[in-house]
Amino acid sequence: MDSTEHMHLILIILAAALATFLTRIGGYVMIMQMKRIPPRMEAALNAVPAAVLSTLVAPAFVYGGWDVAASMLVAFVVGLRFSSLWMLWAGWLVVMAVRHFAGL
Amino acid sequence: MTKDDFWQGVRGGFPIVVSASPFGALFGALAVDNGFSVFDAVFMSMTVYAGASQMVGIELFGNKVQPWLIVLSIFAVNFRHILYSASITRHIGHFTAVQKIFTFFLLVDPQYAETEKRAERGDPVTFAWYLGFAMIIYIPWQFMTFLGAFFGQMIGDPKAIGLDVLLPIYFMSLVLGFRKRDNWLPVVAVSSLASVAAMHFVGSPWHVSIGAMAGILLAACLPPPKQQPEPVTLENEA
Repeated sequence: MDSTEHMHLILIILAAALATFLTRIGGYVMIMQMKRIPPRMEAALNAVPAAVLSTLVAPAFVYGGWDVAASMLVAFVVGLRFSSLWMLWAGWLVVMAVRHFAGL
Repeated sequence: MTKDDFWQGVRGGFPIVVSASPFGALFGALAVDNGFSVFDAVFMSMTVYAGASQMVGIELFGNKVQPWLIVLSIFAVNFRHILYSASITRHIGHFTAVQKIFTFFLLVDPQYAETEKRAERGDPVTFAWYLGFAMIIYIPWQFMTFLGAFFGQMIGDPKAIGLDVLLPIYFMSLVLGFRKRDNWLPVVAVSSLASVAAMHFVGSPWHVSIGAMAGILLAACLPPPKQQPEPVTLENEA
């Protein structure tokens, strides 16, 4: 990364920090002004995290290769019962085993 | 009294450190893998201080996604904090303005949960207690980020030690964490399909915005739930 690119990264991080702080103080400001969010807007906002995060999961599963897909599938099953740390362990073990034995 | 409160907070936050530390190290290692320096990784942990969104940020940055979309995605992932700050406003009316700024900056998921629990028990939510609880999470988070980034820098190919699967799995765990929300399954299904199709027909990084918009629009168009939900619900997210 050259220095201009690095400056961009620092600016992105600072903007992200400001955006995060706004979410953390936003509820306080809203309560102080007592405005209500319309129900459809609230439904849309509620959907934002799952919608964004799904776009980071599904393409990795489909285009990441069968070793990654197998690992994610096992992690998914583990995640139905256990915490995210166990999902990471399970997925990691599977991908390491698959790569070791399949010689990927 | 104040000092006791502070240390009570520190002790209370200790279990959180144990469970959050691996994620701090993971963030550091993956940040370096996505083109961050050790300094950048720690700088992000210190200023953004929101684990899940930091992971999203480095992934998008590594994919050369447009900066505005990186910032918007981080904003979106952290959006739940608006509920937290609205909800703890009741308990911190006696804080000074400067104390409130620190309070909101440090408002991560376990901090919110613990503050609500403390208020519910009838224990006083003092700034000293809040700060003690916050510091025992904040300081180790920076330290673990540094460790992860430092050692991540020494590992050449992340694929060789299986690091490359950890981000998608981590994001999957976040998606699963939202599964009690209204419209969760249709949103996840539509966003997933749209992002896979967009990746194929349009290409990265547009699959993120196209897929996300598809799910968000769907949620806005679906009939709203009959029952008014609780004003603030604590979910186990991130």
